Amino acid sequence: MTWLRLILIHLRIAVLNELQYRTNLGLQLFQSAVALATSLVSIAFVFSKTDHLAGWSASQLLAVVGVYFLVGGLTQLFILPSLGRFMEDVRLGALDFALIKPVDSQLLITTRQVEAWKVIDVLIGVCVIGVALVQMGTSLDPIQAMVFVIVLVAGVVVVSSFVMILATCAFWFIRVQNILVIFQAMYEAGRWPITIYPPWLQGALTFLVPVGFAITVPAEALVGRLDWRLLAGAVALAVVLPVFSRWFWMMGLRAYSGASA
Amino acid sequence: MSTLRGVYLAQLRISLAEQFQYRGAILIWLLGLVIQPVIYLTIWSTVAESSGDNVDGYTARSFAAYFIVAMLVNHATHTSIMWEFESRVRHGALSALLLRPIHPIHRDIATGLAFKGLTMLVALPIAGLLALAFHPVVTTPSWAVLVFVPALLLAMALRFTVEWTLAMAAFWTTSVTAINRLYFAVFIFSGYIAPIDLLREPAKTIAEVLPFRWMLAFPVELAIGRVSATEALIGITAQAAWLAAAVIALRAVWSRGIQRYSAVGA
Repeated sequence: MTWLRLILIHLRIAVLNELQYRTNLGLQLFQSAVALATSLVSIAFVFSKTDHLAGWSASQLLAVVGVYFLVGGLTQLFILPSLGRFMEDVRLGALDFALIKPVDSQLLITTRQVEAWKVIDVLIGVCVIGVALVQMGTSLDPIQAMVFVIVLVAGVVVVSSFVMILATCAFWFIRVQNILVIFQAMYEAGRWPITIYPPWLQGALTFLVPVGFAITVPAEALVGRLDWRLLAGAVALAVVLPVFSRWFWMMGLRAYSGASA
Repeated sequence: MSTLRGVYLAQLRISLAEQFQYRGAILIWLLGLVIQPVIYLTIWSTVAESSGDNVDGYTARSFAAYFIVAMLVNHATHTSIMWEFESRVRHGALSALLLRPIHPIHRDIATGLAFKGLTMLVALPIAGLLALAFHPVVTTPSWAVLVFVPALLLAMALRFTVEWTLAMAAFWTTSVTAINRLYFAVFIFSGYIAPIDLLREPAKTIAEVLPFRWMLAFPVELAIGRVSATEALIGITAQAAWLAAAVIALRAVWSRGIQRYSAVGA
């Protein structure tokens, strides 16, 4: 249970740290509100000209936005900021200090930077999903709810492992912070169901950057249009990618020789 | 004047050398550039197809033209000064720039031009590929091509001046991120998610009152042939007027801000 204790300690430090800067709460609230408003306005705008977008209704798109916030909030809570810090540390040579600690290095570097206020995005996501469900007028039966939770967890695992693999490249290429920028840009595309994009972009958003599995697939489970093959694919990826990222991390560690030492 | 020219040439050379150093970063930036127009292009073409290929006078193929040109115009007018200025003030890098005998804004203009000149070489072929994929149609009269040049230059100058002025908020506050996010939310009225013609009242009036459409939508509409000669004349005048106002604001904010600036880390 070391890993759980480690996460809890980092969480506690982060919360204590954030409580020093309480205005940050206001700022985060404001930023999330702006992001939510932008999403809602663009949906309203598109649906003022049509009543369905490639088979998706307005309330179904609302569900997509909800999942977008939920998954975005969950990954930005600690995995993305921690990996951002990791890449910076490789460049500056500060990673050595993390490696000499007597815990698993991969666990340590993925949990040590927590952005506690991202909880707001998670809450917004849950609320938006709730509103979308009410609007669709469908009650979620237990099986559907379970499938949703499974693909949601799978999506978060897939995205996290994927970013982990990207970040590990820092061991060889040193300057890769911009990779996270690419990821953010591609993630933006997930505000809309990726099935509406042309095939080449759909392919890129499924296999190059797994935004489809992270957002569109859980949203499809919510609105009850999920293909069982996608469900199987998501679960399979959620098993394979973490294993691969582990192996890749070990390779990277072997290649690392310290930057400034 | 000739000193300023020398400074610009030197600055251009330096920035070009810098950009060549970080070629990977340019590619990444370009990817970000392409994604957004493709998203909205797809959405609006889908909408057009499901409503008889006509959304307020736009067909799927004219949407393609709009968003591909918008990508290029956005690339030409884009600046990242609102994100950079804060660290200049916070880490005190501005102090070194102030020691130079010319206004720091000249450095940003030269750097921006160098970056755009270089990246346009990649952005143009990308626009070509998108054109092959989405088959855009334009109805541009020949006079509009001529007017497009000053319209684009004015749009670049206007957006640069406005964003440089807003960036100076960093002199007064440390939470510029919130201001920047709000700015980019309001920037919707520039027409980057849809042509302004598609807006309904009161959004349409708001878009007409705000300066943002003159930074993006106007040159784009000119290039794809949706602007009459009179409208073009009004547009150029509006751009010039907004630019004059923005320059006055920039000077006023700069002279006040610089008095507040007490170098950090000096």
